[in-house]
Parts: sequence; C-alpha cells; structure tokens
Amino acid sequence: MRKVAIVGIGQTPVREHWGTNLRDLAVSALRDAMEDAGVENLDGITVGNMLSGAMSEQEHLGALVADYAGLDGVEGMKIEAACGSGAAAIRMAVKAVASGLMDTVGVVGVEKLTEFSANNVTEALATAADADYETTMGLSFVGINALLMKRYLYEFKFNKNDFSIFPINAHKNACYNPNAMFRYPITLDEYAKAKIVADPINILDSSPVADGAAAVIVVAQENVSQYKGKPVSILACEVGTDTVALDNRENPLWLKGAERSAKKAYHVSGLSPKDINFYEVHDAFSIISVLSMEASGFTEMGTAIRFAEKNGIDIKGKFPMSTCGGLKGRGHPVGATGVYQVVEAAQQIRETVAKEIQVERNKIAMAQNIGGSGATVITTILKKIV
Amino acid sequence: MSKMMKPSRDVGIVGYGAYIPAYRLPGTEISELWRDGQDNKFLPVKQKSVPGKDEDTTTMSIEAAQNALKRAKINPAKIRAIWVGSESHPYAVKPTGTVVAEVLGIAPDTLAADMEFACKAGTEAMQAGFAFVGSSMGEYALCIGADTAQGRPGDALEYTAAAGGAAFIIGPAEESLAVLEGSYSYVTDTPDFFRRAYQRYPEHGNRFTGEPAYFKHITSSVSALLEELKLKPEDFAYVVFHQPNSKFPLKVGKMLGFSKEQQKYGLLSPSIGNTYAGASVVGLTDILDHAKPGERILISSFGSGAGSDTFSFMVTSKITKAAKLAPKTKTYIDRAIPINYAAYARLRKKIIKE
Amino acid sequence: MDIPRYWRLKSQRYRLQGRRCTDCGSLSFPPRQVCMKCKSRNSEPYEFKGKGKLYSYTTIYQSPDRFEQIIPYVVALVDLEEGVRITAQLTDYFPEQLEIGMDLEMVIRQIYEDGPRGPILYGYKFRPILCPGIES
Repeated sequence: MRKVAIVGIGQTPVREHWGTNLRDLAVSALRDAMEDAGVENLDGITVGNMLSGAMSEQEHLGALVADYAGLDGVEGMKIEAACGSGAAAIRMAVKAVASGLMDTVGVVGVEKLTEFSANNVTEALATAADADYETTMGLSFVGINALLMKRYLYEFKFNKNDFSIFPINAHKNACYNPNAMFRYPITLDEYAKAKIVADPINILDSSPVADGAAAVIVVAQENVSQYKGKPVSILACEVGTDTVALDNRENPLWLKGAERSAKKAYHVSGLSPKDINFYEVHDAFSIISVLSMEASGFTEMGTAIRFAEKNGIDIKGKFPMSTCGGLKGRGHPVGATGVYQVVEAAQQIRETVAKEIQVERNKIAMAQNIGGSGATVITTILKKIV
Repeated sequence: MSKMMKPSRDVGIVGYGAYIPAYRLPGTEISELWRDGQDNKFLPVKQKSVPGKDEDTTTMSIEAAQNALKRAKINPAKIRAIWVGSESHPYAVKPTGTVVAEVLGIAPDTLAADMEFACKAGTEAMQAGFAFVGSSMGEYALCIGADTAQGRPGDALEYTAAAGGAAFIIGPAEESLAVLEGSYSYVTDTPDFFRRAYQRYPEHGNRFTGEPAYFKHITSSVSALLEELKLKPEDFAYVVFHQPNSKFPLKVGKMLGFSKEQQKYGLLSPSIGNTYAGASVVGLTDILDHAKPGERILISSFGSGAGSDTFSFMVTSKITKAAKLAPKTKTYIDRAIPINYAAYARLRKKIIKE
Repeated sequence: MDIPRYWRLKSQRYRLQGRRCTDCGSLSFPPRQVCMKCKSRNSEPYEFKGKGKLYSYTTIYQSPDRFEQIIPYVVALVDLEEGVRITAQLTDYFPEQLEIGMDLEMVIRQIYEDGPRGPILYGYKFRPILCPGIES
C-alpha cells in the first residue's frame, strides 16, 4: 500500500447560502483545492453528501460535480454515511490512491440544507436513524442525542452546565475562522439559560445545520513533489461501524463505532491517543464530544468533562479541540463536515489559520467524523511532513 | 308471544374489562369559558374523562378487550366474532374490530364488524354476541362498547360527552362469571339525538331527550323483561342504567322501583361523564368488580334514535377469581390527570392546525 | 402514505414480536435475520411481554411533520424485562412522574395519523404501570 497525503485544500464559508446552489458550492471548494494543489485534472472524484436528494431534489452528484467542475468524463461517485459522509468520501479516495488504482483524487464534501423549511430538515436528518423502529416512533436526530445526554447525566452525576466547556470553546475559536458560521463568543450564563430543543439538549449544545462545501486533493505521498500545495500526510483514515439503532447497543454511552475506528487508526499509524496534539471532534452536540473522547481512548468512560477541564481544550490548552470552531462554531453542513474537519486540521499543520487559533503543537492531528448516533465513525490522523 | 330473548344454549360473560382515559375536564372549566361560571352549581356531572392525544375508540377497545381476555383466560384464537359498538369509530370505512383482532391475536379466524346505535351500540354488540354463542356458531365472541364522544363547544352536551369503553367475552354458561338469564330489546323511531354523516357534532332535541326518549324506552324495556322473568326490582342486587348525566339514572331507577343503594356501584357518570356506548357497560364492569356469587344484576342501556337493551345476569362463583385478574374499573376512575379547557381543546382537536 | 410498511410491521407494532435464536437463545427486537450473538440464521418468532424499565427519555419539541400534531411528546429507551432495549413513546404519565429506572408497561396507541386521508398507524407505547401486581 502506498502512503497518502493531502496536497490541496479548499472550502466555502459555512452559511445559509440562499444564492448558491449545491453544485456551485461543491465546484468552488473543489476548484480551490485543485488550484491549491496545482492540478488541472483528476483521476476521479468522490462526493461526500447525505441529503442532496431530500434537500435539493438532486442525486447523481458524482457526475454533476465532475461536469460543472470542468472534469469532463472523470469518474465520480457520491458517498453517503449520514453525518459521516464527508470523511467517508476521504476514506474512498485514500483507498483508491493507497491501492495504486489512482494517483490524484479529489474529495468534496457538500451539503445544502436551507432550501426547504426546518421541519423538512428535521425529517431528512432523521433518516440517519432506523426508519422502521426509531424515526417512525417519533424520534428526531436531536432526540437521539438527548437520550444519550440524559442517561449520561444520570449515570455520571454531572451538572448539565458542566457540558458548557465544549460549546464555549468552540464559539471562542470560531471567532477567528472567517469560514465559521457563528463568529461570536458565548458565556456560561447564556448556556445555562439557553432554550431547550430536546430535553436536556439546549440550543447551545447543538451545532447549526448549514450549507457549505470543503475539498481536499488526495495523492500518493511518494509523488508530493509534483504538486504545488504544501503536503500533509494522512497516516490513517479508518472506519468503524455500530448498530444504526441506538437501542440495539449494549451500552449506548459507549460509542463502539468510535472505539473501533480510533483503534484501527491508532494501529495503522502506530500511534496512541497520547501522541495526538489536537483533536477535531465531531461536536454536533456537546454529549457527542464527550462520548467521542471517551471511546477514542483519550480518557475513561465518564471522565471526558473532567479531562477537558484538567487539560484545557482551548488553543493554549494541553489538548486543543475544535480549533477552528468545530461543528458547533463553524457550523455543521452535514455531508461536508468530515472534509471541513480535515481541511482545518491541515490548515493547523500548514500554519495558515489566524494566529489567535494557531495551536503550538501541531505535528499530529486527529479528526473524527460521526454518522448517525455513532453507526459510522471515521477517524483520520494527519501528520506534518518535516 | 314471549317478548324475552334468550338463546337455546345457556351463555354468559366469561371475561370483562374496562378502559377509561386518564384525563379529566372539570365542568367548571366549560362553565367559566362559555357561561361566565353561571352553571358552576348546576353541572350535570362534576367532571368528564377526556381521551389523550394518541387515543381513540380503537385503542380504548384494545385495552378493555385485553383486560377481558386476562379475566377469561382463554386462547384468543377461539374468539370467532368481534363487534365494536361506537358512534366514534376512527374510520368511516374500515372496521375498528380488525385492529383489535390483530392486536389480541384473534385474527384471522373471526368475523369483525362495527356497530352503531348511539349510546346503546355496546349492548347491541352484546346481544349479537349472546346470539352467536347461543346458537353455537362459535365458542366465544368479543363484544365492545366504547366511545370518544364529542360535544359542540359551549353546548350543554359538552359538559358530559366523555370517553371510555368496556369489553365482554361471551361464552358458554358453564365457563361464565355471570350467566345471562334473559334479555329484551325495545326500539322506536324517535329523533331525540342524531348526527348526520360528515357532521362533526351531534344535534339533540333539547327536552325531547328525556321523557319520550330516555325514560320511555328504559322503563318499557326494563318492565317487559322483569315481567317475562317474573322478577321484581328487589330481586336484583345491582342495577345499572345508561347514564347521560348524574340525575337520569337515579330518576329512572326510582320510577321503576329500584333503590339508590342498588346503584351504589356502576353509576359512574358523576366522575367520568357520559361515555356513550361505553356508559352502561362500563357501569356493569364496576358492578362485576364488586359482585358476589349468587347476586343478580340488571343492566339497561339507552340509545338515541331510539332504543333500549335490558339484560338480567346471575353472578357465578367464577367471579371471585376473575375480578382480580385485571385492573378494576375504579383503578381507571382514580387515575385522573386534571386538565384545563385549553388542553382539552387541543386533545379533542378543536384547534385545527391547517 | 407508507401503507406496506404499516401492514408489514403489524406483528412488531401490535405485539412486540421479535425473534429468538434457536441456536443460542438470544432475543432480538427488531427481528433480525442474523443472530447478533452467534450469527446463526435459525430463529423463531418471539413475543415480548411488554414490561420494562425506563433507561432514558427526552421531550421532543421539534418533530418530523407527521408528529407535529402531538408535540411536545416524550420518546424513551425502554429496557424490556427480557433484556432487550427498544425505542418508544411514553404516554399517560403525570408531569414530574418520569424518572430513569421506573417501571413501565406497553399499551397500544395511535403512533400517528398519516394525514387526514391516510391510515391511522397504531403501535406500542409505554406508560407507568397502571396496576402493580397484575400479571399480563
């Protein structure tokens, strides 16, 4: 297997892009990444997306994006794994390049969720869950996460306000990311008073749905000198799965999919959690940050909040998280999110983020993208090439 | 000609069960909203039961029937007929009984049909059940009376239109906890109360509902059966009448020579309102919860339009065990979650979101 | 209108019918072709009793369209007596009555109406035990 690297990145701001359609979001990010990499053509593209059918009445994204990106005749396919679609698309590109089947693959994660009303989005997002036994029983996507948070609070006796450390950090970092949706800080008081969406989850626990696209160009590490963009090595991009339905898991508070994915990633990279310098966590909801940190081996079950408090998850802390705002601050354009995470981690390694959010220890980054309530988890480990 | 109806084979009730929704609307809530509280001291019932937002005649029938099945302790597949009497079947076309049959494991070897005869649809279903088992067409029949009655906002009926139901498994006399001694049905064309197709709320003929309707039909029906059976009011330990309000059943009882004491159980309208097709039959379940072997029960329904079914039952020794096998009717009556008019308006879909 | 789904899932929604692996005995709900434990494909229908304990719950205020008529409503994870956990709505509880670990029993309720012209979908929900001591 060949080692792989990223030589180009691109992203659109995460916004409610009423004036831009799905394909143009994707094309902007992809062509930016191609320019960054200095490539005119690609061997193939993978498009990470969850809801183009439901939210833009558009499927068949592989060919559509290839066509509009000026990549006539280039192989392209949409990859879907709920909120994990973005990193899943990277995974497919990594497989293609590592195996030697292709040399230069473009990955674009794109999502457009603001075409229809909020109810439609709620309905569409719920398709990530078990349609016959969760969704048709009235469970929403926020609801699933609320069930987890409620049980976590009960089992580990936390005060709900203890969770505020994650959104407060995310918002703080988002202030310095021009592509972030929420570029303002929030306070503990605001968190404590925030409106409940699905008890106990409040609006400040929840990442906003939004539109956006992010892209990376994946190549063989042995060829990086042929490209213009500063390379970042992909040490691992590994997938773990779990039951789609939350109720079918022995212990819903243990994200087995995350554990499986992280363990594989540590194994192929030869690293351990201690080696990770900063973590782009899938903070779609505060509770998911906690469960992801625990299942990924950074800290034991029931201790993520204490771990975050003790080590510090801000830029100056020992374990910076959500350094460009995370899903909470940057926004969560569902199928694009996994690619945004990797793009931001690459920016940290390339040292191209605003100085206020540049982490000092930036050699090894981990990003974790979670689909559904943890049924598909993709862990990516990036390394600075020195 | 003998007026009494009695099948050639002796039959009775082998299992019974009730269901009453948890929510209660006090009459004062209605009086305050529509009449400045003017009716507060003259409420026809103190409060009424209101179905939850996920309840209807089907779901109430299911729970009542499940309770009946717990008491009957029979294989549900042996039930060969289901009749659900109601004026609030959730579908205009599609039988309530099919869902009940499927949930209880009665389907597919059964017949199922919905019945309608205003407030006597439940006893109508029982008459059919007695005939069906009495003729040996099937070993058991499931007969249900249940309603989620609607009253027009501000109308006098709004105070009483309530929800509840009861289910009876009819079977051979030797397995019965109460054996049928005889029954009688009395019907005339009397437009005291009706609801035209596609209309949301019923219409009633004001004072017409009393004398020529309720009182005339029940007294005629009861008198005829007592005469045929050569029984007197004092031969019965308990009597239950259709109960559109608190007063009518006591008044008709007095007219017929029954004491207040005989209505000590079964007169539930003061605390749950008028459950229409469920009214007299839910009352019967409350009586069965308290009855002892050897006691005689008279039940007389009234359905607008109009008619009355009257039955005489003799309680057997099987009652003692059976009564304990499912929640008693009083358990449902005591499970009372009070609501205000706003919550009621929502639950009863009086607020329409387009 | 999802009529085939409604029809197909009757046994599950009306009677909590799952599967029992005839090789290792483990139970599943929803029914699975392949046993989660021993991977056997041999199984038989198994009806759960419908008694359980509250594992977790949440109140939904923003719902998919078909549940709009009933918001707010509570969805829960319920640990069935037989050791299987399922997702279901709760119904008929007093405010403040709900707590993790409480005993629950299954009832059949309307899950949703598929619009004014579509079918009414019935299925399992759970409520606080009405009458402790009575076996179903």
